[in-house]
Amino acid sequence: MSEWWTYGPRDLLLFSSRTYYRLFELYNLEWWPLQLAALAFGVAMLGLWRHGGDRAGRAIAVILAVGWLWVGWAFHAQRYASINLAAAYFAWAFAVQALLLLWLGGVRGQLAPTQAARLHRRAGLGLLLFSVLAFPLMTPLLGRGWTQAEVFGMAPDPTALATLGILLVTGRTPAWVLFPIPVAWCLVSGSTLWAMDAPDFALVPLAALLAVGLAVVGRLTGSFRQVWGRRPK
Amino acid sequence: MAHFPNGTRRRLLGALAATPLLGPAIGLAQSRPATRAIPSSGEALPLVGLGSWITFNVGNDRVARDASTEVMRAFFQAGGRLIDSSPMYGSAQDVIGYGLRKLGRPTNLFAADKVWIADGDEGRAQIETSRRLWGIPRFDLMQVHNLLSWQAHLPTLFAMKAAGQLRYVGITTSHGRRHDDMEQVMASQPIDFVQFTYNLIDREAEQRLLPLARERGIAVIVNRPFQQGALLDRLGRRPLPSWAAEIDCTSWAQFALKFVISHPAVTCAIPATTRVDHVRENLGAAAGRLPDQALRSRMAAFVARL
Repeated sequence: MSEWWTYGPRDLLLFSSRTYYRLFELYNLEWWPLQLAALAFGVAMLGLWRHGGDRAGRAIAVILAVGWLWVGWAFHAQRYASINLAAAYFAWAFAVQALLLLWLGGVRGQLAPTQAARLHRRAGLGLLLFSVLAFPLMTPLLGRGWTQAEVFGMAPDPTALATLGILLVTGRTPAWVLFPIPVAWCLVSGSTLWAMDAPDFALVPLAALLAVGLAVVGRLTGSFRQVWGRRPK
Repeated sequence: MAHFPNGTRRRLLGALAATPLLGPAIGLAQSRPATRAIPSSGEALPLVGLGSWITFNVGNDRVARDASTEVMRAFFQAGGRLIDSSPMYGSAQDVIGYGLRKLGRPTNLFAADKVWIADGDEGRAQIETSRRLWGIPRFDLMQVHNLLSWQAHLPTLFAMKAAGQLRYVGITTSHGRRHDDMEQVMASQPIDFVQFTYNLIDREAEQRLLPLARERGIAVIVNRPFQQGALLDRLGRRPLPSWAAEIDCTSWAQFALKFVISHPAVTCAIPATTRVDHVRENLGAAAGRLPDQALRSRMAAFVARL
């Protein structure tokens, strides 16, 4: 596409907001009551985080990986691709994220909940609660029916935000390679909603950027403390 | 290749086609949309067609597909012919094919689609895929979408036209982009159609493209006549001026469409819609009186002041 820099999200939007939200409705109807199981896994993830330890971290990684894989296949490839030419690429990106989660979290144990800073624990827990419990509840508040609810493990936005929440509570050395795809998705999703004039367009991108900001600050603060700790007494 | 020369015949046909619109805005509202001739052939085409960007990209949603079919049914019932789509429009081609099958493949369809692929060698395969999605024996018009690889695609399209696999060849752009390139193609290639953006706000085409189209005998399809709804959102906050009744306008949509299709170089405008009442309203814009040059100027000035 020539003069690509002159195209904005609104020029590239291929579908109406009505079609977009109907996509979630038809998807939810097709897989009901799988949403209940997905919610149960989301709540279980909260419990595992509270429990802590290496095995809990590996279990969280597997839950997240299954969620990413499912969203990539069932949502992006099977549904979203019917109205968005880019959805096939999204599906592949979600599959890559699932493999990264399995390798780094499931095999190498890098997602074990540790003693993160209080701010990070609160932000991480907030993101988890928001993505697992509050995200579906937002649907009627935004004037849409329950059947269009976006559920963790089945819809991309809450799955990406929950992943970022977990990454915030895995200590001062997060697995950075697990950040780019969720953050990129949150920005893509936000720009899509913006192009559709959705009132909640900024919510997911801001939450993602907040998570990245906190992770970076946490890392810098940790390094700072280490340097100060080594100073001669 | 069997191309019509860009000479006397084209100019004569173009002049004949435009003649009724150069006179004063008189006459009673007609029940069928007015037509204008395609300069290269003289074939009459209703002044309002049907676009499919966004509106027909409804995926596998059966309810929405049926609603799109009803829009198409109302379009044909109101005298419409030209439906335009592209491989870039997601599921729109498939949805059009679904509708055409349900409607029993209307014989008055004028099927306009585009080739949109960087590799010129892949053009024929993409056109064949599009044809199957529409479920038609051949396209009436095939256009190079957004001028993408037009140097590679145009020879293919001309060859297909010569072989009877297409009836007309065209190029497209939108949003006012690449007008210089479009002008170059219009001046150098024996194309039948051009498609670009033109509306009450976006009027750059009046400077060079529309006059060149008349001069070269090239039919003009106008996309984004409502600025994808933004123009109507803006106009809709105010009441329709009383003098709009002079040209049988009953809505802002008809006001905007009548401005576009009353330009003598325009062959067809292609507004897109998801609503049956809107498609009837759009076709209605071509059924009543059209503004003359003085009234066109008044319309543009009125909108510019808003």
